[in-house]
Amino acid sequence: MDNAAITLNEPLMPHEEAVSGRDPHGHVMLPQHRHHFETEEQQREAGSFGMWLFLLTEIMFFGGMFFAYLLYRNWYNPAFVVASNQLNVVLGAINTAVLITSGFFMALGVYAAEVRNRSMLVWMLILTSVFGCIFLGVKYFEYKEKYEKHHIPGVNFNISEFVNPPIDAKTHKPDQPAIAPDMAQKTQIFFFLYFGMTGMHALHMIIGLGLLVWLIWRANRGDFSFGYVAPIENFGLYWHFVDIVWLFLFPLLYLINRHPLK
Amino acid sequence: MSATTNTIVVLPDQETARLPKRNYLNNEHGLLSWLLTADHKRIAMLYLISITFFFFIGGAFAGLIRLELLTPQPDLVAADTYNKFFTMHGIIMIFLFLVPSVPATLGNFLIPIMIGAKDLAFPKINLLSWYLYMIGGTLTLAALVLGGVDTGWTFTTPLSTHYLNTHVITAATAIFVAGFSSIFTGLNFIVTIHRMRAPGMTWFRMPLFCWSNYAASVLMVLGTPVLAIAIVLVALERLVGIGVFDPAKGGDPLLFQHLFWFYSHPAVYIMILPGFGVISEVISTFSRKRVFGYTAVAFSSVAIALFGFFVWAHHMFIMGVSNYSALVFSLLTMLVAVPSAIKTFNWSFTLQKGSITFETPMLYAFGFIGLFTIGGLTGVFLGSLGMDIHLTETYFIVAHFHFVMVGGMLMAFLAGIHFWWPKLTGRMYPESLSKLAAVTTFIGFNLTFLPQFILGYLGMPRRYHAYPPEFQVLNVLSTAGATVLGVGYMLPLLYLGWSLKYGAIAGNNPWQATGLEWQIQSPPLTENFVETPIIDYEAYDYEWLERKQHEGVTTVG
Repeated sequence: MDNAAITLNEPLMPHEEAVSGRDPHGHVMLPQHRHHFETEEQQREAGSFGMWLFLLTEIMFFGGMFFAYLLYRNWYNPAFVVASNQLNVVLGAINTAVLITSGFFMALGVYAAEVRNRSMLVWMLILTSVFGCIFLGVKYFEYKEKYEKHHIPGVNFNISEFVNPPIDAKTHKPDQPAIAPDMAQKTQIFFFLYFGMTGMHALHMIIGLGLLVWLIWRANRGDFSFGYVAPIENFGLYWHFVDIVWLFLFPLLYLINRHPLK
Repeated sequence: MSATTNTIVVLPDQETARLPKRNYLNNEHGLLSWLLTADHKRIAMLYLISITFFFFIGGAFAGLIRLELLTPQPDLVAADTYNKFFTMHGIIMIFLFLVPSVPATLGNFLIPIMIGAKDLAFPKINLLSWYLYMIGGTLTLAALVLGGVDTGWTFTTPLSTHYLNTHVITAATAIFVAGFSSIFTGLNFIVTIHRMRAPGMTWFRMPLFCWSNYAASVLMVLGTPVLAIAIVLVALERLVGIGVFDPAKGGDPLLFQHLFWFYSHPAVYIMILPGFGVISEVISTFSRKRVFGYTAVAFSSVAIALFGFFVWAHHMFIMGVSNYSALVFSLLTMLVAVPSAIKTFNWSFTLQKGSITFETPMLYAFGFIGLFTIGGLTGVFLGSLGMDIHLTETYFIVAHFHFVMVGGMLMAFLAGIHFWWPKLTGRMYPESLSKLAAVTTFIGFNLTFLPQFILGYLGMPRRYHAYPPEFQVLNVLSTAGATVLGVGYMLPLLYLGWSLKYGAIAGNNPWQATGLEWQIQSPPLTENFVETPIIDYEAYDYEWLERKQHEGVTTVG
């Protein structure tokens, strides 16, 4: 470096890029190595750091909605409790399990890429996508149920169930306490947030599934079979992040009123 | 260079000097080589052209606003057209000019070179960021051509969701998309500064320009997504009637204000922090001294970024927030003045006993320090609860943020453009003309905005197209000033454009500056450095530079 001693006005020789798979310092250059990184280590670190930062922006993005949830849950707690009771806890719990399973296969996929096992990687990614699709399928039936019950906010929104709760056939008592009509109107806010938050989460899953198709195609081509794991690893971070968002959504939306002290 | 000369500019002998045969500008040819480039320097140039375009569109609206306010009667345009004027002026100037101004142009160009890297960490994401900016810009223009938006740049609910029939969704989408461009720029800078520094380039050897852009990037990454979700919710409220901000459905419009200002207050630091970085570089170079209190200046940028996140509710003092939270936010607002003052004092101490010369960038920097100080101190007035209730929604506010954003940031941007123009293009601009432009801008600026402080204090409200006749004298002064200011901004466009072809060859280091970017050829090679530089000296080390020139060789390609 100090010996370089190039005078200022001399035309400078171009920097010869690794023609024979070796960089000017004699290190072996792998095909995925981008020219502007000194080492592959640096490239991988930069990539995963960038992904973590991106996830930070995602946290802030969802944070806005979580903040709205916090605010309105405090203001309209009775409405949030009764509206939450309308969500299908069984389907929600199944979906939680499905999503965790999907995340498990994703983690195995990262492992498969690290041990350079192509067929295992492809299968793990396929399983990840299958469970992702199952999640969205279950979500479809949940949304459909809300539609049938007139629980989609808007002109057709129906609060009668919250003002005059249906009488249980066995106990002859209402299955949940009735709330005043003006508070019952606030259940709409709960459903706005329910559809907003789960919808945004579903959108992230759909984007993730699109990326999975692309990764499966590349994995099948053998792109990740020689120690190049960065894309799989970074996608894994994204997929786990989407899982974690659901792990917060599930208790906040489905389980508000289902604590043992009830 | 004799001791009696009053300039430090050293240009190579124009008879023999040539631009370097190979550089990033002529490395490849054709439009596609620009549109598909991953070179941070070319992307910076793309950004420079685009933001200049939008600056003049936003400026045209400012001109129309001032023209309407020439007379007390509403004689040029109707009230709703006037509303569209100031809305478009605000949206374009803030989201399409000020936010990307220094980071996306000078930052993009210089940060990799300053830390000794070949490119930003993610060159393709950098290009994507420019395309997102252009999509955002195109959508803004679409909203404009289709009939405009009249929400004000703040998209205040329920005005934006219930009472307007203009192209709110188009403009909201534009800002959403442009926001992602800013997120990607910030993300790229943070990763680059953390992971791509050359051997020996420690955090405290980095130029202060990198520090301030780093701080601004943190704000971009953490703040912009919150604006994104706020805007999505506004769009959903208009489109499908989601009621998160609608009181009729139990929502709270104040929640929108909180989410919006959680981004938009830090956004003013996104705009000004990179400008601070430019000023540190310029002041140091033209005083031939290391920046006084380097560490304090570096950390004050981080402190501003940190405090910037905890003051947003001072935009909402009259909107029904509780007295106690207003009290706390007022106090926190005062705190931001501390790191800002640290910077101003340190720049002043850098000047003390320096060998000061008055080249164009330095003139702009002097303009910056004076105007920013006025803008900053009036910010303290506005941060005090009692004063704010008197002055809010008046021209005092307008004058305050124009002193910070135009007098501060735009001056810093022009200082930076003039300072690094020889590096960007390899050519020098005509010095006397550029000095004239700097002085014209300063005079025009003060003439435009000083009267507005008085107008605001006397009670002239903002955002109205008519006003009582007794305010006319000051308004005429302001409009006259805006005309002078317009000339001041047109001049650089003309002579910088002229210099691209006819300017003197600048050579590698016309200012005799110490930064790593000045040790390489101008314009730089596509790969910036022939060999990875090793940094064994501190930033702004003028003794090191003298020694190096004495030896007649450079240690960096």
